[in-house]
Amino acid sequence: MHVPDGFLNAPVSIATGAVAAGAVALAIRGARKELDEKTAPMAGLVAAFIFAVQMMNFPVGAGTSGHLMGGVLAAILVGPYTGALCVTVVLIVQGLLFADGGLTALGTNIILISLVTTFGGWALFRGLVMALPKNRVGLLTSGGISAFLSVPLAALVFSGLYLVGGAVDIDLGALFATMLGVHVLIGIGEALITVVVIGAVLTARPDLVYGARHLTPQLTLRTSSTASSSSTKAAV
Amino acid sequence: MGAGHAHPVYRERRTPVHDVPAHVKLVAVVSFVLVVVATPGTWYPAFAAYLVILAAVAGAARLRIGFIVPRLVVELPFVIFALLLPFVATGPRIEIGGISVSETGLVAGIALLMKATLSVIASIVFASTTSPREMVRGLERLRLPQILVQILTFMLRYLDVVGGELKRMRIARESRAFTARHLGHLRVLGHAAGALFIRSYERGERVHLAMLSRGYTGRLPVMEQPRVAASVWVRALAVPAAALAVLLGSWVLS
Repeated sequence: MHVPDGFLNAPVSIATGAVAAGAVALAIRGARKELDEKTAPMAGLVAAFIFAVQMMNFPVGAGTSGHLMGGVLAAILVGPYTGALCVTVVLIVQGLLFADGGLTALGTNIILISLVTTFGGWALFRGLVMALPKNRVGLLTSGGISAFLSVPLAALVFSGLYLVGGAVDIDLGALFATMLGVHVLIGIGEALITVVVIGAVLTARPDLVYGARHLTPQLTLRTSSTASSSSTKAAV
Repeated sequence: MGAGHAHPVYRERRTPVHDVPAHVKLVAVVSFVLVVVATPGTWYPAFAAYLVILAAVAGAARLRIGFIVPRLVVELPFVIFALLLPFVATGPRIEIGGISVSETGLVAGIALLMKATLSVIASIVFASTTSPREMVRGLERLRLPQILVQILTFMLRYLDVVGGELKRMRIARESRAFTARHLGHLRVLGHAAGALFIRSYERGERVHLAMLSRGYTGRLPVMEQPRVAASVWVRALAVPAAALAVLLGSWVLS
């Protein structure tokens, strides 16, 4: 869910905007290392994909529905830096072309939905990948758990921001409890979708999953010692 | 971008508001929203004045109320939050119709609703008078980093590719009598999303190669970059300036 204008006061909105701009600048530097000259097309595609998937709402009970945030999914597919850029672009488009999410809250939304979920989720994912067995099940479990945790994590950061710059003083215990409760539910949906999508892509095109690079064996250049000597000589 | 790339909010017309270059409009709308957000929540006359200013701009853009109001649903989740505020907020309680509610929560809930609604209306006016192409160009002129401009361009280019695939897959699902009713159906949607990614990746790859073979270098050609006359800036910035005047006026009066 997107934070609208007027939810946080003006100083906090401006501060989050500045922090978001700085972090996005760092992500731009990092993204150059993750992908080659196809960075922009690939990232644009992932952004369009996340935008489309965010339109698929799923029921979370009591008549409300939630949708994917997609931060962890993007990070596992294209890497955390490019993933952060993708979700950032999705938020810019939603804010400017669809009037979804406030304009002065754009910085806040970038921090919560893009930066916290991609980098926070990616850190969790890497940690879990190290700990779990290095195979498909381990990878999908790591993806699912980090996707699940990324949603309440973003909700916690939001509650923290609200503590600093909230327009209303409300009982913080209640706020934390409500935010966590709702977002644990959304997190379950997020985890399921992330696992199934990564699983499907992993089956068909494992080369497209950035987070699964350690699973594909490194191609080795065979030298004359491993190849048959006669053919090598013929080639030379 | 040719036909078929229109997005849901944009309305193609020629009005004084449409004719303002996107980057000028963007500066104006963000400044306006910033003034709205900075206004203390209890200055109700100021918010009424903001609404009048917005109505004037929407009128100049020839947007009808019937067009704007249905699009306010994007703020719905937060309307629910704002309605809950009087019940969860702390502070002195007052009785309204026999129900005890928090006074600060009530005031804050109303303020939140007003600010969010005004800002969403401002965004709708911006979005419905600015085409995606102009918006990208506007962000480029406001010095958005080149890589983000490129991602944005590709995203808008691919949106129809992905959207088309999504639509075909949805029709295929629904023609097999599928509707998502409970969380267990997430598996089906997840598989659809996975297939969507691979399909659109492979189509996107071909789109990119086709663009490269037509001489795409990473930037779309710029037709002309006309200098924006000072009068255009003045006209566009008159909107946030009027809002600021209202804010300062209310401050002096209070």
